[in-house]
Amino acid sequence: MNKIFIIIRREYLSRVKKRSFIIMTILGPILMAALFVVPVYLANISDRELKVAVLDETGLFYNEFKGNEKIHYENLYMDYVSALDQFEELGYDALLHIPESSLNNPNAIKLLSTSNVGLNLVNDMESVIQKKLEAHRLALSGIDKKVLEDIEVNVKINTFIWQEGEEKQNYSEISYALGLISGLLIYIFIFLYGAQVMRGVIEEKTSRIVEVIVSSVKPFQLMMGKIVGIAFVGLTQFILWVLLTGVIVLTFQEINPDLFKYKSPDTHIIDNKGLTPSEIANQQDSIDFSQDKANNLLEGIRQIQFGTILLMFLFYFIGGYLLYASLFAAIGSAVDNETDTQQFMLPVTIPLILAIVSLQFVLNNPDGPVAFWMSMIPFTSPIVMMARIPFNPPVALWEIGLSFGMLIIGFVFTTWLASKIYRTGILMYGKKASFRELFKWLRF
Amino acid sequence: MNFFEAENITKHYAGHTALDGVSIEVKEQSIFGLLGPNGAGKTTFIRIINQIIGPDQGEIRIRGEKLHPNHIANIGYLPEERGLYKKMKVGEQAMYLARLKGLSKIDAHLRLKEWFQKFEIENWWNKKVEELSKGMAQKVQFIVTVVHEPSLLIFDEPFSGFDPINAELLKQEILQLSKKGSTILFSTHNMSSVEELCDNIALINQAKVILKGEMNSIKQEYKTNSYQLKIRDLQKEITEILPENFNIKKLSDINDCNSFKVDLPDNVSSNELLQKVMPHGQISSFEEILPTMNEIFIRKVTEAGHAK
Repeated sequence: MNKIFIIIRREYLSRVKKRSFIIMTILGPILMAALFVVPVYLANISDRELKVAVLDETGLFYNEFKGNEKIHYENLYMDYVSALDQFEELGYDALLHIPESSLNNPNAIKLLSTSNVGLNLVNDMESVIQKKLEAHRLALSGIDKKVLEDIEVNVKINTFIWQEGEEKQNYSEISYALGLISGLLIYIFIFLYGAQVMRGVIEEKTSRIVEVIVSSVKPFQLMMGKIVGIAFVGLTQFILWVLLTGVIVLTFQEINPDLFKYKSPDTHIIDNKGLTPSEIANQQDSIDFSQDKANNLLEGIRQIQFGTILLMFLFYFIGGYLLYASLFAAIGSAVDNETDTQQFMLPVTIPLILAIVSLQFVLNNPDGPVAFWMSMIPFTSPIVMMARIPFNPPVALWEIGLSFGMLIIGFVFTTWLASKIYRTGILMYGKKASFRELFKWLRF
Repeated sequence: MNFFEAENITKHYAGHTALDGVSIEVKEQSIFGLLGPNGAGKTTFIRIINQIIGPDQGEIRIRGEKLHPNHIANIGYLPEERGLYKKMKVGEQAMYLARLKGLSKIDAHLRLKEWFQKFEIENWWNKKVEELSKGMAQKVQFIVTVVHEPSLLIFDEPFSGFDPINAELLKQEILQLSKKGSTILFSTHNMSSVEELCDNIALINQAKVILKGEMNSIKQEYKTNSYQLKIRDLQKEITEILPENFNIKKLSDINDCNSFKVDLPDNVSSNELLQKVMPHGQISSFEEILPTMNEIFIRKVTEAGHAK
């Protein structure tokens, strides 16, 4: 037993001390933090102040455009040609030209600018113009705007889960995202560290040290020592990534506290003046709607049981890794170099790829038969079950228990199988093994 | 007393038999040669002793005790396919292998330092194995084989890949370890390389022991009554001096010193040969020619082939 610790220690230390490990460990969180920080940062710096001139020949749109601290709209009362002539002297960043004809042909509206003004600004303008034009046309065709507004409805179905006689609100979008991320992470970890096990075994074989070692310890001990050692490497890297990412993000926040403040879109203060009661109600509705969405997100995130998910993640990561790592070790033992691994890799990777491909079905129907069976089969359960866990209602306890049990049986089985191939394979040199050969080794 | 006994070891692989009823006894502190061509089953046998694989039948005993995982700490094994982790530092690696043999951290460090000093390679401790030459790596390899002071040392094709200087160093070290009390088992197909070292041998061919015993008595048994004769100032042709049934082969003729190999008929003694040659020249040396293990082996194998 003591010897297996010596092996685990070596496998762990020799990898953790590698330059590539240190670089990856530092680079990973920087990349991840960059994923959070850069978009926010970029969004902040790109918002320079803009001055937009509105040249409205229809007279409908003056003062319809509401600016904010970054965007200023100014009405321009001159004809288009002279405006173009004086564009530079006037000092505007952009010129919105709404010709007379645009009442019939909205596509005639033009935005001229000296530089790219960004999609958001254009979108804002479009929606303002659209609303105004719609109202205008309604008036022309004699339909009372009020009638239409009364007819118009905004529907958002709130989904609830009926459980233990209680209503629980459901936030499936969040569960979907979380399930996808968890499943993918498990997939990536299994591949990353499974391949490391395989490469380690091949290294021992090609450097011819393996027989020296197995004269001191049992091949099984060597195999398990390597698998467990690399599992710790994986866990170390994962934990360091999470911690370092946190540190980097927090540091940025400390340096620039405004960075992560959610920038709410300009709050519209409800101005009752000159509005019909139905218009007020309408405005109120749309504000409620967007606030609802934000609240939903927060509530949904609050409802996630991060502790449970983390524990599950650890279990399925370790279980799935053990299951596949031993198979990867067996492959490594059967070949003399990495290029020969192809034919054996295929059957091992197919269930993994299958799990990833079917992840979409599973996420769309987390309690369906595909999801159920794939979360029971140990070869796919780490990915598929992990994707199901964040959903509400939670996966039944008996299902989780059964999946756990199957996974444990699964990795005991693959480890047993792999150790039989491994102990023969590591002592075979210069022989290219076939599947038939591997099958024979099982009986040695 | 027998240090090591193997009784009726049999090992089958799918499709072929690697060992077929192999029994071997090795005396304490002796140097034993396990000889045979490639593919005879030597490596399989050694792997069984090292408990890397198990026999299908038969039993191995060390000092009368059935082979047990605890015995691993008493065995030092230098396999035919040997190497070290290329990216690891020499010292770390030696420590790792020594500790796997059951040495404590302190012991391993102490003894390794001693060996490194002895071979004058202390400054390699922090080098990576890939920086060492092949010969240097082999020295390290030898040290880790013997560092735990095993009572049984097994060398599989020990001299293959060693340059002559390192091979000689290795030979001397092995002899010293033998003197200190270790029992040594050589396995090789290159019989001349261990002939001078072994007291006892076993010849293995096609999974079976075809000959075993004390080296000298085997040689005596298989000798062909041949002699090497060196004679100066020979006055007559040698064929005229000796009778026709003496098979004579001239080996060399340098500066009046003639050298012959003479095969005597079974009933003729060496003294008779000397009496016949003495009057005709000055004898400078006279020596019985014992067969080499190689010759004995070839003879045994062809005999076995005929018997079939």
